[in-house]
Amino acid sequence: MNFKLLSREQLAKRAAAELRPGMYVNLGIGIPTLVANEIAPDMNITLQSENGILGMGPFPETGFERADLINAGKQTVTLLPGAAIFSSADSFAMIRGGHIDLTILGAMEVSEQGDIANWMIPGKMVKGMGGAMDLVAGSPNVVVVMQHCAPDGSPKILKQCKLPLTGKKCVKKIVSDRAAMVVTDEGLIVTEIIPGLSFEELQACTEARLIKSPEGIRPLNP
Amino acid sequence: MSSAHRSKLIDSALEAIADIDDGATLMVGGFGLCGIPEHLIEALRIKGVKNLICISNNAGVDDFGLGKLLQTGQIKKMISSYVGENKTFEKQFLSGQLEVELTPQGNLAERIRAGGAGIPAFYTPTGVGTVIAEGKETKIFDGREYVLERALKADFALIKAWRADPHGNLQYNMTAMNFNPMMATAAKVTIAEVEELVGEGELNPLAVHTPGVYVKRLLLGRSYEKRIEQRTVQPRL
Repeated sequence: MNFKLLSREQLAKRAAAELRPGMYVNLGIGIPTLVANEIAPDMNITLQSENGILGMGPFPETGFERADLINAGKQTVTLLPGAAIFSSADSFAMIRGGHIDLTILGAMEVSEQGDIANWMIPGKMVKGMGGAMDLVAGSPNVVVVMQHCAPDGSPKILKQCKLPLTGKKCVKKIVSDRAAMVVTDEGLIVTEIIPGLSFEELQACTEARLIKSPEGIRPLNP
Repeated sequence: MSSAHRSKLIDSALEAIADIDDGATLMVGGFGLCGIPEHLIEALRIKGVKNLICISNNAGVDDFGLGKLLQTGQIKKMISSYVGENKTFEKQFLSGQLEVELTPQGNLAERIRAGGAGIPAFYTPTGVGTVIAEGKETKIFDGREYVLERALKADFALIKAWRADPHGNLQYNMTAMNFNPMMATAAKVTIAEVEELVGEGELNPLAVHTPGVYVKRLLLGRSYEKRIEQRTVQPRL
């Protein structure tokens, strides 16, 4: 097998291709946060942070950080011109009410029905779900960015999630370091695979049953 | 300004929390360390009240925020959405000393809002099909399943605002708003600590975030530490 898995930055770049002009978007912690670096300014994307920001900007320059202005990861951030600030109740009304067009987040497991597990591993310290359950339940478009397999090679894209769920039937698309897949009622339709990896090889490292896109499979290029 | 309004002002944090006793249920504002009532928390530590039930999005860090009250073993139970930043918390939780009810962040915000707005319960899509919904009523509306969540109320709400007028009208600063406005509405007694007091009529009525009706006691806090949890910066251009 002669292929190269997408790096974190390449995954973020590919995930950014899911953005459409004018979207309001919430980015989760980890690789999804890196998507912010890949957004073209003319896309007119507004980033939401669930602790109460629309119009979140980059990290402040040294000396301009303020304790009263943080993102959902508790990092100091800035506001872009035209930003708005609101309470946690308003923020989640916005999320639950379906007003945030797109949520991009990481996952430990995803099932072929679009179930997602990303908040707890039984037997390990449980830190909490934060806003993840609200985001996946409320967002009309949930895109998961993840490693296709665990470090030991075991599949993370499954027929049924084994870990406790964050949400049921909510993921619309999976972008992994090996392939891009759309979740449909029939199952996972593969639309892109990294160069050098065959559909059969992809299926071999995926527990969920994969379907070839009728429009053909494009190379997953970062 | 009437004397009734003037009397909301309390001289010290210890006086402001004087009637908080062992076993009280408290709402404590803030997201991470942002917008937390740091003087009121310190007063609780000094008073030494025990077996507290704290409703707060997070549990502070080891030596700041609610982490201070965990270190002294004053908290019996936390109702929170994310508690990952605190080793004391982890130790007490794993040993069974501390009870934890994890609640999705949006549910937590809405349960508090409902508690203050006279709504005993509400249906939400959050958590359907997960452990959060186990044992709770569910119902289908327009073809989608929702789970019934109960409102939250407390004996006291300890909140942090930027400034207040003598009526207890409050304004928050930036994302230090977070859970504070809902918590201000959902307790029998709301105690607000602020960085600045302004005179009657000095707040634009349209720009009041929390109307004074919700605020029973006001404390002017001095020398705020306002610790930053994750200082992320980029070099000056």
